[in-house]
Amino acid sequence: MNFPQIVQYGLSGITVGSIYAIVAVGFNIIYSTTGIINFAQGEFLIVGAMTAISLHQILPLWLAITLAVIVTTILGGLMEVVFIRPVRNASVLRLIIITIGLSILIREAMLHVWDEQPRYLPYFTGTESSTVGVFGAYISPQVLWVLGTSAVIVAGLTLFFRFTPTGRAMRACADDRMAACLCGINDRWMVTLSFMLSAGIGALAGCVISPVTLTQYDMGAPLAIKGFTVAILGGLGNSMAAVVAGLLLGLLEAFVVSQFASAYKEVVAIVVLLLILVFRPTGLFVRRDIGALRAA
Amino acid sequence: MGMRRVKILSVAVVGLMLLGAGCKKSPETPPAKAPEAKTPAAKTTPAAPKSAEAAAPIKVGAIFAITGGASFLGAPEQKTAEMLVEQINQAGGIDGHKVILLVKDSGGKSETAVSLAKQLIDEEKVLAIIGPSTSGESMAIKGICQEGKTILLSCAAAENIVDPLASYVFKTPQKDSDAARRIFETAKEKGITKVGVISSSDGFGNAGAAQLAKLAPEYGVTIAIAETYATTETDLTGVLTKLKGQDVQAVINWTVAPAQSLVAKNMKQIGLNVPLFQSHGFGNIKYVQAGGEATNGTIFPCGHLLVAETLPGNDPQKQVLMKYKQDYESRYKEDVSTFGGHAYDALLILAEAVKKAGSVEPEKVRAAIETLRGVVGTGGVFNFSAQDHNGLTKDAFEMLTVKDGKFVVYAK
Repeated sequence: MNFPQIVQYGLSGITVGSIYAIVAVGFNIIYSTTGIINFAQGEFLIVGAMTAISLHQILPLWLAITLAVIVTTILGGLMEVVFIRPVRNASVLRLIIITIGLSILIREAMLHVWDEQPRYLPYFTGTESSTVGVFGAYISPQVLWVLGTSAVIVAGLTLFFRFTPTGRAMRACADDRMAACLCGINDRWMVTLSFMLSAGIGALAGCVISPVTLTQYDMGAPLAIKGFTVAILGGLGNSMAAVVAGLLLGLLEAFVVSQFASAYKEVVAIVVLLLILVFRPTGLFVRRDIGALRAA
Repeated sequence: MGMRRVKILSVAVVGLMLLGAGCKKSPETPPAKAPEAKTPAAKTTPAAPKSAEAAAPIKVGAIFAITGGASFLGAPEQKTAEMLVEQINQAGGIDGHKVILLVKDSGGKSETAVSLAKQLIDEEKVLAIIGPSTSGESMAIKGICQEGKTILLSCAAAENIVDPLASYVFKTPQKDSDAARRIFETAKEKGITKVGVISSSDGFGNAGAAQLAKLAPEYGVTIAIAETYATTETDLTGVLTKLKGQDVQAVINWTVAPAQSLVAKNMKQIGLNVPLFQSHGFGNIKYVQAGGEATNGTIFPCGHLLVAETLPGNDPQKQVLMKYKQDYESRYKEDVSTFGGHAYDALLILAEAVKKAGSVEPEKVRAAIETLRGVVGTGGVFNFSAQDHNGLTKDAFEMLTVKDGKFVVYAK
């Protein structure tokens, strides 16, 4: 392998990794407020992208995406109010199962609304064949959009959770629902809010990756699997770590492809997931002692 | 270290796997056009064809991947089959037999196709099954149909559906070996001797890759590298970088997945500027639209349907193609694709065989198919024999290319 080739594999890894990362961030928000892993996260992406694609036929791109994010945010909120809230005292596990059911429901609904054809948004800048050269290798400008969007989302979330009263209230609910209630935090709305937030972020992610991956009604689950792996790899609830873990998994896959038959690529994520669950269930970037404390 | 958490996570992982596995499961589509009236039982029994029962309706099963990853094959096939059956019935049926079409959705999955085939054969006692859409599914039910003495007219491409031969199994799409031959012929004309092959890891991709590997030496072409990818792949830059590292003179991609659009985009994105050949799976203008300007110049073999307008007036297929194209496009308001044509041909062949046999007895109809000559379909002119259950030659393919977002005949 010469140098430009190594860079090219690296860029390929970043392309895929950035997509994983942006999916993983959505998992983290709901997890950090409720402890639930929302398996309908992949569907949020597709609903968002599909809505934007439909709206883009009559509206400019930025407006279509904005509206799609709003629509999906409302959908996320409704989903919580209608399906999760009534069974609020159920175990986390039951709620997770509910989200799996919801993901199937949404997927089938999308099949009827948008049929089975792959659709796509146009490239935000340039076209299908535009490239940006980096050290003799090339990357699509859309990947820079994906990376940039991930960065903005993560920075925004970090600020939100650290410095705004609402963000802090959400974290407090995650930590100890009872104590948070005693402090006068409306815990129900915090949970609803977390679903809305992650739905909105999912929709945005779906729009940004749509030009690269195309959008098809049943793409949510495969994306969710990779995003979930990455979320666990980074440590659930930690958005910054999710981005790093996403890029890490992407790079790992790219270099596995460079050295072995590409058919083995799909194995990488699963192996990583199993290794992490067995040896470091708190994730790569959480110190063991803190992880143990949190889990207790 | 928080056993509870580990437990929940583990269950979550299992749930996720189930989700992944179950995600392609889709609702059974109901659209059997004709009412599911109980047909007089005598229809398929050997003693049947007396004149009183001659007008008994013919039950035909159809298994298509209407939803799921291969839906771009199955959906046009379903629409075509329903349209054609309606036309046949309006014209009074086949020799007076009305056709009852029972359409089933396999979601592109072999397991589902198997249970649907059993249901159609054992419970519905159909005369013939049209489909399935994909090669993997077709191979999965090949044996079942043969055993159940039910005619199978597959709409999938892989050669091994009819080779080795099974007496009840036929297929309508052109052979993938012929597609590979046409690709290599064109590559040779362009002076290309070293290619990279990528294919999806499914029935169609594997069969195509095998044909390419087998035929390459005949045309003096070396396959420098052959790689596979998952059908759900969303980015191919990694595997294409590997091809680039081998300094290939052309890329041959063999799949029916949306990766056909991705590969064109990704090649441009990593600066791999060599000719791109794709299989006959590329014959759907939606892939061109999804790949945008990056698909310009892609070369692929395809039936004549997509360039029907440009065919000379004396072309034997012109009339059939234009009629199908106009009927389909005016009814469904979407572009016609070659895949729907495979279902058209399957029904056409069945109808011709029933007429020729003058019977609806499976064995007689089956034998009649083997004697059909010069049946003009959308995929080509079919000449069946006891040895050839496909009936097409490599002339059924035309090399096409993409120019300004449209399919045109590839000019040397």
